[in-house]
Amino acid sequence: MTTILSLFNYWAVIALMMVGYYCLIAHGNMIKKIMGLGIFQTSVFIMFISAGKVLGGSTPILREGVTEYSNPLPHVLILTAIVVGIATTAVALALAVRIQEAFGTIEDDQLSEADPEDAAGQ
Amino acid sequence: MTIAEIMPFSVLLPLIGAPVCAMLPGRRLPWLLCLIVVPGSLVIAGMTLDAALDAPLQYAFGNWPPPIGIAYRVDAANAFVAVLLAGIATALLPWARRSVNDDVPDRQGPFYALFLLALAGLMGITMTGDVFNVFVFLEISSLASYGLIAYGRDRRALLAAFRYLIMGTVGATFLLIGIGFLYIMTGTLNMVDLAERLPAVADTRTIDVALAFIIVGLALKLALVPLHLWLPAAYTYAPSFVSAFLAATATKVALYVMLRFIYTVFQPDLAFVILPLAPILLALALAAMLSGSWKALFQEDAKRVLAYSSIAQIGYMVLGVGLVTAAGLTASLLHMFNHGLIKAALFMGLGTVAYQAGSVRISRMRGLGREMPWTFTALALAGLSLVGLPPTAGFISKWYLINAALDAGQPWLVAAVLIASLMAVVYVGRVLEAAFMQPRPTDAKAVHEAPLALLLPLWLMVGANFYFGLDTRLTVGAAEAGARALMAGSGG
Repeated sequence: MTTILSLFNYWAVIALMMVGYYCLIAHGNMIKKIMGLGIFQTSVFIMFISAGKVLGGSTPILREGVTEYSNPLPHVLILTAIVVGIATTAVALALAVRIQEAFGTIEDDQLSEADPEDAAGQ
Repeated sequence: MTIAEIMPFSVLLPLIGAPVCAMLPGRRLPWLLCLIVVPGSLVIAGMTLDAALDAPLQYAFGNWPPPIGIAYRVDAANAFVAVLLAGIATALLPWARRSVNDDVPDRQGPFYALFLLALAGLMGITMTGDVFNVFVFLEISSLASYGLIAYGRDRRALLAAFRYLIMGTVGATFLLIGIGFLYIMTGTLNMVDLAERLPAVADTRTIDVALAFIIVGLALKLALVPLHLWLPAAYTYAPSFVSAFLAATATKVALYVMLRFIYTVFQPDLAFVILPLAPILLALALAAMLSGSWKALFQEDAKRVLAYSSIAQIGYMVLGVGLVTAAGLTASLLHMFNHGLIKAALFMGLGTVAYQAGSVRISRMRGLGREMPWTFTALALAGLSLVGLPPTAGFISKWYLINAALDAGQPWLVAAVLIASLMAVVYVGRVLEAAFMQPRPTDAKAVHEAPLALLLPLWLMVGANFYFGLDTRLTVGAAEAGARALMAGSGG
């Protein structure tokens, strides 16, 4: 029981990661794939950020009377990673729009029908 | 300024050039800007290689000394890869002008901006000494390549880009998970610093898992069988210039990062011990060589033939790594460089065919060899290099690979290399047979020889394949120095 509670953040990360990854694999709809990808990436962000927490530490801002701070570095790293994630989502959505325009669908199975040679290659 | 201070500009030039390029109107200006920026990057990378052969160079950004700040740390291994990247990009540019005009009819600013971003990302990956920085640059280059692939004329390019994006992002996120575990265990992101701190925590499951995540994530980017599914469609439907650039550079950089993680960050005595990495890599390399070559035999689209051949060639490079010897590593680095030359020449050749004839399906190339003798002779010569006949660059790296396999006491691997090479004879031969032996269909439209603007760069690239097959001082010397630098790990 204590293992589960003391490592609560990691369990949450694992659960989110699996939800996202399952969504990514199981769904043929591109928008749902993108959502899955987003959840998957977010789980990793949470892993980083929760690892930066120091028990009893305060927010990492220099002020009097506080000697123990949480580690600010993971937050900064994840800020970058979030930007990367947003850029990825934006590109993915843009591609989905173009695919909808070019093929008239964003469902994987219908796209495979429109494109038999490629489906064989996949 | 010392060379260590100039070194970051090989990344910064294309990175700064990209937004400028995106705003330039028309078709000529963006290309001209690339023609200034990319060779500039090559000159700096060349100077860096020259200096890095003696001792590793280091540049700390913002004057924050590592491990606090982000530092570029360049030794012979990454300088070698950087020269390959910038060199291929420079050699492709004169050829790109016509080919891109054909693929991207108007407003080429954004296209060339993406190209510069992809190059900057790849250069950044090779130069940096910080593992999180690797992730960021990996995503910069990947995002730019998704955009570049989507420029393809065939609508299936969009699908290829989307599928690559999904798989590529999963791969990069796996890498991020691995980096996260490393950071949690050691509290540092600097490669050299990580190497010092990792042995103390090496017995934990977390480190095992971190290595596994990093290897799987990079294998996805590397398109190592069975994680190669994104590659054939991406290379087939991308614009010719993009296929040539990515095939010659992107997967090589992923392999370099894998080497850097195995040899510098984890150190071989850790990486090959906590996971059975050597047999896994050998098995996957063999699977890649044989299945990639096999699949290449049955493709109808010549670009797809080359794409599957790339998967097989990645197998050769990983094979060198899996041997876990200095000779294997040298062969791997050498093949990285030579295969860059080979695939650039082959994709340039097919791009030239596509420019003149509009299609690179093998059935549509029948009889074209007589209409376009210069183009197809260049393709045939580059094909010889792919197969690995002397005196080509492809022969040199296969020779080193075979010798490394014999030295490592695994002569049966030689058989696998030879079988895959024989299959290469067949799949290259199929394309050439259609072009030279078969008659041109009577109803086919007339096709003429390509203009000099396309032929000249193509022949230069083919010439490079022969030059580096005869004069191996630069390539073998740098590959050996690179292997030594990697083997020496953090101490070197």
